[in-house]
Amino acid sequence: MHVPDGFLDAPTSIATGVVAVAAVGVSLRKARAELDDRTAPLAGLVAAFVFATQMLNFPVAGGTSGHLMGGAIAAVLVGPWTGVLATSVVFIVQALLFADGGITALGTNIVLMGVTTVAVGWGVFRALQAVLPKTTAMVPVAAGLGAFVSVPVASLVFVSLYAVGGTADVPLGTLTGAMVGVHVLIGIGEGVITFLAVGSVIAVRPDLVHGARPVLAARELEVRTAGAGA
Amino acid sequence: MKNVSTRAVAVGILLVSLVLAGVVSFYAASTPDGLTKVSEDHGFADTETDHGAADSPFAGYGASFVDDDDRLSGGFAGVVGVLVVLAAGTGLTLALRRRPTPDDARETQDA
Repeated sequence: MHVPDGFLDAPTSIATGVVAVAAVGVSLRKARAELDDRTAPLAGLVAAFVFATQMLNFPVAGGTSGHLMGGAIAAVLVGPWTGVLATSVVFIVQALLFADGGITALGTNIVLMGVTTVAVGWGVFRALQAVLPKTTAMVPVAAGLGAFVSVPVASLVFVSLYAVGGTADVPLGTLTGAMVGVHVLIGIGEGVITFLAVGSVIAVRPDLVHGARPVLAARELEVRTAGAGA
Repeated sequence: MKNVSTRAVAVGILLVSLVLAGVVSFYAASTPDGLTKVSEDHGFADTETDHGAADSPFAGYGASFVDDDDRLSGGFAGVVGVLVVLAAGTGLTLALRRRPTPDDARETQDA
């Protein structure tokens, strides 16, 4: 969903640029608390993995393709604030080196595919974690579902930006239906990839997964309590 | 907890990323992505303007100096991208970890 230059007018692009700079600024402050000895070695690698996976367009219905956005996967693996930074690095490199995603649209792309998918992916993940069984096996499930929801939401954010500052006259209802329709399908791919990737790390080192911390902490407490009771 | 070192996990993620970007990417779908297709179907694809980095040697996920082989060109661009993103991401991480401010220490205590 890389937005090219020219789709949105200058004021809208400047506004999303300001939002992106603010989000990255806050994330730079907050990420320090997430970057401990366990997540720090993985942060750059998660960004590299998101970049690699974004090259892999998978086919969805009707001669269309889609690729991972990566906010949910990054948030669950290394934390939401670090996730915003990791995805932002990806979009900056893509725009400047690979001419993918407009340069004036860089703020828009960071807001849509970085900030939005991190916020929605992480939010849904945490909400599901609260109701699902507290096991590490549920972490990839919650991550995948968060990822699935994050993609159509990002497409809705694009539609609302287009409603404000789109450079062509496209009926809003039509645009909404088309964008959300195709991005629900792309979201399924996002969910599957996120489930598999988070599941792979959970299988070997659950303690390296930021989003698994509450589950592991709860389990440790149970073990200790059981041990004390015996 | 199984006995897999953090280093092994890191090397694993790096290798998977390099293979995905360097090799598997050649087999990715070449049909337009969701937004591109919608813009074509609904008549606003032509509002796209020239890209400021169109002259980059890696524009469009190719390597302009490898003309005759799409597989090599795209794979090379993918590997370069993975390494550049890794370097930028890791550099940023190190910079953030190296400079804790008194402000952060207070926040940690409060948490």
